[in-house]
Amino acid sequence: MNIFSAFVKKEFFHIFRDRRTILILLVMPIVQIILFGFAISVEIQQIRVAFVVSASSPSKTSIQQLARKVDANEICSVTHWYSSVDAVDAAMKKGEIDVAFCFQEKEPHHLQVQMLIDAVNPTIATSESYYLEAIVTDFLRKQQLNTQKSSAVSLIQPSVQMLYNPQMLSAYNFVPGVMGLIFILICTLMTSISIVRETETGTMEILLVSPVRPIYMIFAKMVPYFVISCINLATILLLAYFLLHIPMTGSIISICLLSFLYIFLSLSLGLLISTVVKSQVAAMIGSIMGLMIPVTLLSGMIFPVENMPWALQRVTAIVPARWYISAMRKLMIEGVSITHVSTEIMVLVGMSVFVLLLAFKNFKNRL
Amino acid sequence: MSVLRYLLEKEFKQFLRNSFLPRMALMYPLVVLLIMPLATTMDIKDVSISVVDKDCSILSKQLIEKMDASNYFTIYRVERTYAAALEQVENGQSDIIVEIPSFFSTNIDKQQPTSVQISANAVNGMEGSLGASYLLELLHDFSQQIYPSQLELEQVGPVVSSLYLYNNTLNYRYFMIPGLMVFVIILLAGFLPALNIVSEKEIGTIEQINVTPVKKSQFILAKLIPYWLIGVVALSICFTVGWLVYDLAPVGHLLDLYLLSLLFIFIMSGIGLIISNYSKTMQQATFVMFFFMLLFILMSGLFTPVSSMPTWAQVVAAFIPPHYFVDAMRSIYLKGSTLFDLSSEVMVLVLFSILINLWAVKSYNKVE
Repeated sequence: MNIFSAFVKKEFFHIFRDRRTILILLVMPIVQIILFGFAISVEIQQIRVAFVVSASSPSKTSIQQLARKVDANEICSVTHWYSSVDAVDAAMKKGEIDVAFCFQEKEPHHLQVQMLIDAVNPTIATSESYYLEAIVTDFLRKQQLNTQKSSAVSLIQPSVQMLYNPQMLSAYNFVPGVMGLIFILICTLMTSISIVRETETGTMEILLVSPVRPIYMIFAKMVPYFVISCINLATILLLAYFLLHIPMTGSIISICLLSFLYIFLSLSLGLLISTVVKSQVAAMIGSIMGLMIPVTLLSGMIFPVENMPWALQRVTAIVPARWYISAMRKLMIEGVSITHVSTEIMVLVGMSVFVLLLAFKNFKNRL
Repeated sequence: MSVLRYLLEKEFKQFLRNSFLPRMALMYPLVVLLIMPLATTMDIKDVSISVVDKDCSILSKQLIEKMDASNYFTIYRVERTYAAALEQVENGQSDIIVEIPSFFSTNIDKQQPTSVQISANAVNGMEGSLGASYLLELLHDFSQQIYPSQLELEQVGPVVSSLYLYNNTLNYRYFMIPGLMVFVIILLAGFLPALNIVSEKEIGTIEQINVTPVKKSQFILAKLIPYWLIGVVALSICFTVGWLVYDLAPVGHLLDLYLLSLLFIFIMSGIGLIISNYSKTMQQATFVMFFFMLLFILMSGLFTPVSSMPTWAQVVAAFIPPHYFVDAMRSIYLKGSTLFDLSSEVMVLVLFSILINLWAVKSYNKVE
């Protein structure tokens, strides 16, 4: 045990004497969580609308009323007026407008509105369509009510309630995701690089001839990084609660326990990478390139797993971040008890054991 | 000039003799473009619903059947109490609770308005609201079926129609494929150079360059050009896969795409080299680059639109080169914009590339 603590001490010296790295490791997650927690959002905040009206149009006044109504909306702004449809294409190609309104009139006081929508981003285009349609329908209906009476009331009057996230803030969804991303990348990078560097600089040879057993040596490498990750976890949770106002309704103990498990798994994964690759460059590329894209795209962080094709959903099962992020969302936002995330915990435990065993099997105590 | 040629020869030999890097530069774009577009979809499907049926009438059964028959929804289970349904949402088995009140059918028979409570899991706000809005539409349909006279106003009423331009099938993959290409370029052209100079520092070979009459600009240029080539090869693979597998050919000119990409690769490798110059160890270089990489990927509008960000974040995004490139790639690919249409983006990218690469040359110090 004495030898073990000596090794841990050595690792701590290693890390703390590289001031720049330790600074990056402790400050980076803070900046990231603040930046992304506030910045990443999918709510539409601005729709730039153009009106296409020919000079001879008879119902110009009502079109202008409509334009005023659209402009009065806090999200929409009427930015351009064109006299023919040809100008729309050019303006959209330059990215100056999002939607163009065209009008047809078969008879006076009966406007037909066609919205030309830039659909490069389909989700935004659909939301814009819903949003503007509601404004226009409302406007036209009010105009018509002046001429005819209507008392139609829908018999079924649904009321909608948004559970867990009544204001529908994107941060609720993204903060657990960003946590999943940051932890796995930082932890795997730290362990894999620090082990491979010992091999590259030749100090590994010295360690291997020491009487300490390789297993202790490896655990000693993981301890300081585990401590650093726990500090990061604490700052991230504090920031999420006080700055981003994430509810954190679940028990804080289960959130921490789950995160410890995930950090441990990520460190073991780094260990596994270090046993497979030979150079630091390869370790880095393996950790970053191999993990960055699957973790961002296949974990449900941005794109919900349920919407993917069946085969790909099976593939996502091997991405640890998927399980962590889903469990964290349940614990932090839905506030369920730890028994509800038992599947996720079982999977993460299973993965940790598997990865660790594989890493030990691969680890060569001879050069 | 011949100095540069020898330096280039050295860089290429170094790259090609590595057993790992050339293979990765080829395989990486291929794998990413083959698999990842399948994952990037926002179209919701199979939203599972827990119904709390307190009415248990023929009418409520009809409503449940109508929901089950829809493409978007599947009924997970019909419960008697809200608590049981909420339990299913907490377990992640269902996403939305529809609560049909008692007296639902009696009220409708009397033609009195009756409420239906929809509770959607909104942890993912967008998914929750989309699911709820589809359900509202379905309920509206249903109430018209059972009481059709409401239709009158709609028939004489206004007509609003939407026409979706440039991506008229609303295929989300078409939106994401050019974005994924940018993702690949950011990773390849950003990371490899970031590790390059610092690895020469760690191995010690940089000393040998420092004692030669090689100029700073020649040295940096020799480091940049190979990444240009790698980037172009990777990009060509991306274009081909996009065209063959996803049937997505750029509407605009291929030449415009290449020119713009060359400019962008130049910027990314420049950033990589700057970081490499300032770092002492590879570990430092990696963590710094990792930070910028996440910044570039999450704040450039690749996944979530920049226009949705708060104002201060949009100011940050204005200083992120990929922001302009992502926009321009999508415009060329889907709208068929020309470089002339995108002149403001191109100007900004040119400015970035000059500043960043001057900085890269300046930050390389031959004197320790």
